[in-house]
Amino acid sequence: MKTMFAKISAIVVAATLGLSVAATGAFAAEYPIKKPREQDWSFAGPFGTYDKGQLQRGFKVYREVCAACHSMNRVAFRSLEDLGYSEGQIKTIASEYDITDGPNADGEMFTRPGTPADYFTGPYPNREASIAANGGAYPPDFSLLAKARAVERGFPTFVFDVFTQYAENGPDYIYSLLTGYPEDGEAPEGVEVPEGTHYNPYFIAGKSLAMAPPLSEDIISYDDGTPATVEQMSKDVTAFMMWAAEPKMEERKSLGFKVIIFLLIFAVFLYLTKKQIYAKLEH
Amino acid sequence: MSTIEHHGTYQPTTGLGKWMDARLPLPRLMYDSFVAYPVPRNLNYAYTFGGMLSIMLVLQILTGVVLAMHYNGSTAGAFTSVEHIMRDVNNGWLLRYMHANGASFFFAAVFLHIFRGMYYGSYKEPRELLWILGCIIFLLMMATAFMGYVLPWGQMSFWGATVITGFFTAFPVVGEPIQQLLLGGFAVDNPTLNRFFSLHYLLPFMIAGVVVLHVWALHVTGQTNPTGVEIKSKTDSVPFTPFATIKDAFALIVFFLFFAYFVFYMPNFLGHADNYIEANSLVTPAYIVPEWYFLPFYAILRAVTFDIGPLTSKLLGVLAMFGSIAVLFVMPWLDTSKVRSAVYRPWYKVFFWIFVVNAIFLGWLGAKPAEGIYTFLAQISTLYYFGFFLVILPLLGLIETPRRVPNSITEAVLAKSSKKNGGVTQVSGATASPDNKA
Repeated sequence: MKTMFAKISAIVVAATLGLSVAATGAFAAEYPIKKPREQDWSFAGPFGTYDKGQLQRGFKVYREVCAACHSMNRVAFRSLEDLGYSEGQIKTIASEYDITDGPNADGEMFTRPGTPADYFTGPYPNREASIAANGGAYPPDFSLLAKARAVERGFPTFVFDVFTQYAENGPDYIYSLLTGYPEDGEAPEGVEVPEGTHYNPYFIAGKSLAMAPPLSEDIISYDDGTPATVEQMSKDVTAFMMWAAEPKMEERKSLGFKVIIFLLIFAVFLYLTKKQIYAKLEH
Repeated sequence: MSTIEHHGTYQPTTGLGKWMDARLPLPRLMYDSFVAYPVPRNLNYAYTFGGMLSIMLVLQILTGVVLAMHYNGSTAGAFTSVEHIMRDVNNGWLLRYMHANGASFFFAAVFLHIFRGMYYGSYKEPRELLWILGCIIFLLMMATAFMGYVLPWGQMSFWGATVITGFFTAFPVVGEPIQQLLLGGFAVDNPTLNRFFSLHYLLPFMIAGVVVLHVWALHVTGQTNPTGVEIKSKTDSVPFTPFATIKDAFALIVFFLFFAYFVFYMPNFLGHADNYIEANSLVTPAYIVPEWYFLPFYAILRAVTFDIGPLTSKLLGVLAMFGSIAVLFVMPWLDTSKVRSAVYRPWYKVFFWIFVVNAIFLGWLGAKPAEGIYTFLAQISTLYYFGFFLVILPLLGLIETPRRVPNSITEAVLAKSSKKNGGVTQVSGATASPDNKA
């Protein structure tokens, strides 16, 4: 009786394991075709911080390249302080944007230069306009993109991620996408790509996307003299997007360290107290 | 067996204490329930989740009340107000990450709490009502969590709400009116968000109410313990304070360590990236996946892919999903074994652990697309899930030969410690007070 039970349960467990292994390979045709390439980010890990120089370079890439199509309307000019800009610099940057305000006393809407309290304005008046201007594809808003494009890691990788504190799925994805267009711009042989789209094996929702390769060497020039390679610009703008999506990350991680240390010490004291109390019970 | 009446040792010493005791003996109730209350001396750390859960409920309510002060429950403003909390509200990011991850940890603790109850037979007579109250809390938690997930008004919020409220249309005749009542219209929209916000604020207080009943019932029957033998003599129990209090406190802080790790370092690990995209009724996400704690039930829902007579697969799936919770309610009457604890049930132990692995496996399947081999595996797993309750539990009690159950908790504790000490202590000395032992 006992051995029969044991045999049956062993067979069930073995069969389940075998089938689940078989299942892992069954759906290879998922997107993205290629997994994002993991990069070293200054903001990764328990003590990660943003590199202000990198954020400023990334901001420049955003302003001079990406902002032609992409909005970033949840970020206020005042928060540029995090990038190391002075109050005066922020005022200047804000004033370069036109803000629609009103109605005034005459009931008219009017345009005025932005102030630090305003938010970044996009290149299009609304979502529909951006879609119409981009051949039917919506250029997503940048404010949260670095968190919204976190590619699933799958079992068992996501289990290890808990221990390695891997939380850079989004940045790795964006960087991989920006640098992932084939050099000749052609899809590999035998791959059909819809007209008006561009093959990119790192794209999360298909084999090609409407956005043409946005960056090319020296498309901008960095103020700090960093060579503007595609890799460099991609990395910088990705870091900037991560900051835009999670501006409180440094605060979070530094508070977290204090909280964990406190809890650890507290736990040790509680454990010792518990041992002391239960010593009365032990024999 | 001990009841509150039997250990009224509270002696008010101050004037105010005596005055209170003669009018509203709340301090006496607290003292008898959380200080003098006798708990089995052999409770292990599996018994610490109940305390954690009550703390987590308080934490969720506190963070939730403050979040609600900054939240805007309209389709136009919800997503933006959540980002306002994340960026501009003082420590808003902390409140929100605590609340969102708190829900996950609440469920993690409740799953462990339920598994503990299943392992040590906590559902068995005379604790059936205690168990059922727990099941009601679990149901209310699921409703609360589901509605809470809709509030940020991201893509998964919207589409999750659409899919889940769509379940009700599976029921003939009454289905569509129920769905329209839930939605406040024909599709998930502003009225839906408004009523979900209202209910999401209401339900936790209902949970708190049922928790009071749950704890009350617990204090009438007393706690189970790893042996499954009731408290018989004074040596079997220890006072709640300091023994259970300090153990619960230590376990709680360890639990908080894990919680803090996620809140501060992996705050989005348990969420879905698509929820950082504002809800859009025109764009359907590639996969609509519920939060991780619903995945096993989601897998059961999707496992039913066949019609039976006039019953559509959709209706059967919904019934299977509701049934997977409903079956918990009748568990006390499905188990025919006379022995309470799995410690003395060699075969129940095996099936129990397969059940745990199977539940996790169902969770994994719930996150996979419902096609091909995954559907087949989900069907097998669903079969085991229900088979465990409906076939294994009733039959096992009749055919299993349990191991010898100790006569008392004290005997079990002494037998264990004598084994540790090389078998010197005599088990027959079990009736001696533990305090007299070296």
